[in-house]
Amino acid sequence: MSKHASPTLPAPVLWTRGDMDRFFETLRKEGYQPVGPTLRDGAIVYDTLSSTRDLPVGWGDEQEPGAYRLRKRGDEALFGYVVGPQSWKQYLFPPRRKLWSADRAAGGLEFKPSAEAPPKYAFIGVRGCELHALQVQDKAFLEGPYADPYYRAVREGSLVVAVNCGTSAATCFCASMGTGPKVERGFDLALTELLDGGQRFVVEAGSARGAKFVDELSPQAAAPEDLAEAARVVERTAATLRRKVEPGGLRELLARNLEHPRWDEVASRCQTCANCTLVCPTCFCSTVEDVSDLTGEHAERWRRWDSCFTFDHSYLHGGAVRASAMSRYRQWLTHKFGTWHDQFGVSGCVGCGRCISWCPVGIDVTEELAAIRANDLGKDGEHAHP
Amino acid sequence: MARARKASPKKAPRRAKPAPKRTAASAPRLPKLAVWKFASCDGCQLSLLDCEDELLAVAGKIQIANFMEATRAVVDGPYDLSLVEGSITTPHDAERIQEVRRTSKFLVTIGACATAGGIQALRNFADVEEFTRAVYATPAYISTLKTSTPIAAHVRVDYELRGCPINKAQLVEVLSAFLHRRRPNVPDQSVCVECKLRGNVCVAVAHGTPCLGPVTHAGCGAICPSFDRGCYGCYGPKERANPAGLRPWLGRHGLDAGAVRRVFGTFNVGSDAFKQEHEAHG
Repeated sequence: MSKHASPTLPAPVLWTRGDMDRFFETLRKEGYQPVGPTLRDGAIVYDTLSSTRDLPVGWGDEQEPGAYRLRKRGDEALFGYVVGPQSWKQYLFPPRRKLWSADRAAGGLEFKPSAEAPPKYAFIGVRGCELHALQVQDKAFLEGPYADPYYRAVREGSLVVAVNCGTSAATCFCASMGTGPKVERGFDLALTELLDGGQRFVVEAGSARGAKFVDELSPQAAAPEDLAEAARVVERTAATLRRKVEPGGLRELLARNLEHPRWDEVASRCQTCANCTLVCPTCFCSTVEDVSDLTGEHAERWRRWDSCFTFDHSYLHGGAVRASAMSRYRQWLTHKFGTWHDQFGVSGCVGCGRCISWCPVGIDVTEELAAIRANDLGKDGEHAHP
Repeated sequence: MARARKASPKKAPRRAKPAPKRTAASAPRLPKLAVWKFASCDGCQLSLLDCEDELLAVAGKIQIANFMEATRAVVDGPYDLSLVEGSITTPHDAERIQEVRRTSKFLVTIGACATAGGIQALRNFADVEEFTRAVYATPAYISTLKTSTPIAAHVRVDYELRGCPINKAQLVEVLSAFLHRRRPNVPDQSVCVECKLRGNVCVAVAHGTPCLGPVTHAGCGAICPSFDRGCYGCYGPKERANPAGLRPWLGRHGLDAGAVRRVFGTFNVGSDAFKQEHEAHG
């Protein structure tokens, strides 16, 4: 992570495909478990990687609201895809995790906290939007009086290998959220894959931990023309971004439009299925389930992902606070783009576009925000909601 | 979760130790479980029999008082917990369910028939007399209702467990919860949540496969999408399901109006949200 950065980081170097293979071997020797992009079931998911051969070599993706398709690129690119249905949160904040168990013992209950030690991950291929998502989730899991020890252990033990995006999807809007496509900070190593004139990687260290790998592998320093080409890769990607969110005054815009008719319109399409929140790399809501077995001798408490789109999420004694689809969608969008600023001092959206692609009915947050802005109820709307 | 306590065959034979004698006065009264069948295929009851290991664990804790699928031995009521499978389709069953309710402290309905009327609720959209004339040589012998209705349409139900068939892990969870007086962990959210918890790639978004996951009640563990198929809604609607919002996308994934009518016209056609969508397509 960036806090390990030292002022004397090595100059960027150039790796070949062979160096990438050696890098994976070094990771294993250093006790890291590489996790990153790989092909499964018609998508690029994140899973354990044993070598560069597990990467989606030569594969890219096409995304539209409610649609994702793999496509052959016609080259051997390792990072020629955009982002898929999963994010790094599945490693830091696992979908299900046992918190403790209890057994009946003489004189009462015997509690056993869940104390599994997480692996030392190497996150391979973290994009600009995703680096920002990690920093957004850090605020929820590491700051304040109740830090999450498991999250902290994974975060501090992991090596973050970022990648500058060489391509974008139609659903990306990172530039307007200020999160990409260039990776700026929060990485141990950052790669830029160059494909014109032979496959090679410009590698930059962002921390002392990352610098160690640059020094150990010690290939050639990157030439000025390679660095210039790496800069052009990101510029070209930025130029392809089609979607955007107008960021100015979003928080205030949403706060004064709580009674906007668009909420009812989007609710007529919304499935309240929770897909958007589960694919979102910053959504952090969970619930706990207490279970006991039939004998009544053994009980466990599990934490699992939850979503503000479920009825149970806002259930208090006697009923749910947000029973309607309208109130759930409004809660999510106004939190993500508005009240997140009040809570954490940043936007909850990093512009990765996952919620757009993986919504089964193609609801597009950028379109919803634009619709509200286009018909702003104005300052008076602020008083329409108690 | 529930661990069976099986006697290990490797163990040395137990020393003859006289078991403490239980008299009628000192024996703890075991909770009595009854299983009742109405119009159904027996599949949900079989899910209970399928809980072999879990049932061994509970064998000493409950008395199986009435479970015809498992044993002919019947203990009279009243019962602490009744599991009811099947829908009400005959005048006789409409009376019988009243008696089951009267003799049961808690009544839990299991499966799509008991909770929504089952596949046989398709009769609700047609002429039953016409069916009986077509099927039976002597229709006069047939005494049946015009509709197939869920148990909750007839008596008060304490808990409904969905599915066609029900998931055995969920059944064990409900039994554990009732035995220990706690709330069952049976979320009424979408199947999509189960897919995402499992790490499944969405078959609708990534493959263009028509899938009822967004409108369907969780509980199966997303079995069909885990095997590359679309969900076909056998757990019935999730809370506040919105099939009308899904309609254009089922169309985009290749279902015409007739096909949409058919996918909503199955085991849970008697539930409001699916019935409405079934009827909206002719």
